[in-house]
Amino acid sequence: MTDYTAVLIDFGYILASMLFIIGIKMLGRPERARRGNMVSALGMLIAVVVALLECCLSFSLVIGGMVVGALIGVIAARTIKMTSMPQMVAILNGFGGLASLLVGWENYHSSPDGNSFVIFAIVLAVLIGGVAFSGSVVAYGKLAERISGRPIFFKGQKVVNAAIIAAILICGVLFAWSPTATYAYPLLIIIIGLSLFLGVLGVIPIGGADMPVVIALLNSYSGLAASAAGFIILNNVLIVAGALVGASGLILTGIMCKAMNRSLANVLFGGLQTAVSKAGTDQVQGEPSPISPADAYFVLEAARSVVFVPGYGMAVAQAQHAVKEIGDILEENGAEVRYAIHPVAGRMPGHMNVLLAEANVPYEQLAEMDDVNPIMDSVDVCVVIGANDVVNPAAREIESSPIYGMPVINADQAKTVIVLKRSMAAGFAGVDNPLFVKPNTRMLFGDAKASLQQLVSEFKES
Amino acid sequence: MSIGLLIFVFILAIFLGVELISKVPSQLHTPLMSGTNAISGVTIVGALTAAGTGADTFAAIVGTIALVLATINVVGGYLVTNRMLAMFKSKDQEQK
Repeated sequence: MTDYTAVLIDFGYILASMLFIIGIKMLGRPERARRGNMVSALGMLIAVVVALLECCLSFSLVIGGMVVGALIGVIAARTIKMTSMPQMVAILNGFGGLASLLVGWENYHSSPDGNSFVIFAIVLAVLIGGVAFSGSVVAYGKLAERISGRPIFFKGQKVVNAAIIAAILICGVLFAWSPTATYAYPLLIIIIGLSLFLGVLGVIPIGGADMPVVIALLNSYSGLAASAAGFIILNNVLIVAGALVGASGLILTGIMCKAMNRSLANVLFGGLQTAVSKAGTDQVQGEPSPISPADAYFVLEAARSVVFVPGYGMAVAQAQHAVKEIGDILEENGAEVRYAIHPVAGRMPGHMNVLLAEANVPYEQLAEMDDVNPIMDSVDVCVVIGANDVVNPAAREIESSPIYGMPVINADQAKTVIVLKRSMAAGFAGVDNPLFVKPNTRMLFGDAKASLQQLVSEFKES
Repeated sequence: MSIGLLIFVFILAIFLGVELISKVPSQLHTPLMSGTNAISGVTIVGALTAAGTGADTFAAIVGTIALVLATINVVGGYLVTNRMLAMFKSKDQEQK
């Protein structure tokens, strides 16, 4: 390789890193986000082309692998339903983690005599990549409801986790100590196995409602795994891009935790256990008052301002288009319509925003919790669609409640609250919701989509 | 390249990442996550080298699997993000 090509390669990687940074920056602004994504994709294309210049004794495998991967990627991205987006993001993330793990493995296999820094990076790439992969697969299973979304606990879980982490540390040290010894290769395989196991054990105790935190965290891990892979092959673009993703995932994780008023440790190590055990002691007194669609129509027809609060139930019922339809009718009727979105509503960060965007709700109508709460007492009707914990006034009022202190949307302060709900079952956290028995609350029981469609036909008939 | 320099680059990039993300409105959290997820597929660069320069058949197989997975991550990630962002419309765009 001449010096000239080496310089070209360096500049190519610098350009790619810059495009990633600019792309992420643009992703933070709604009007520029789409172009930002394309900018970062261009960066990736440059990185791949440069890597092709640099690498490769045999191109057949390389081209073949990329064609197969690209085909699968295109088909999956085109055919996936918007409601399945959380599990799609989870599984793609898992693939990235596994790729980093395999890159580490291959590097050790091909040159086990690397310096101790590279060997250390291999351990890190394998460990973080393994946890990101198996954790994402379990998260995928929970989100796609292939396995139960309920948290799974067993006795001595924390002890087992600690033992696995200790075993990984010991194996890692022994491995890095003499990577060319005969026992080193089996040790690496053990580390891979334990890392995969750790990822599974780490995610199974986490319930569906805490998924936004876990997905953001796993996203961070796969970035850090890519960074570790960068330290193995001494490549700056991997280090920079991986670090950016690692940092952004951690920030997002922090935002999600803050929105639930819980620490990361509390989310990861079963804060829900306490929630379930406490729930029985604080029975909410009172009877819910049901309302028929016909009566709900009269309430909404008279309303001048309406706020919709969607939750995971809207995603399950796939009611986003029906919500948009009723929202449009209310606007034509002269009401001011807004959608209030809690940061952790749904199963991934920003889940509700994606669904409402799919239904063509313009983003100006979407309000964040902090913007809508101060004006809630001037709102005529607040319609809660399949949300429970994120509108639970117990978080403000009942100190013994497990979710006490969590910031919630103050739906109960609206003049009238209409709650669309399947039944009186408690929300995911297993906490009773006093909102349902407040005097200004009416319960519209039934499937959210069917109820909304009934409301639409009431409006059309009149 | 010296190891110290690589770590230096890593630390700076972490700080940069924190600065870039801290002010993103919550409506963009999903696209941001899936967009950065696609970027974490940059491990494709490592996979390319692994698949193309493996010492033996086993290394080539492991490298190629890594390459396929990383490519799915990159291509799927960017396309899915693009699909989501295409749905985010402002009021003016909707009326057009």
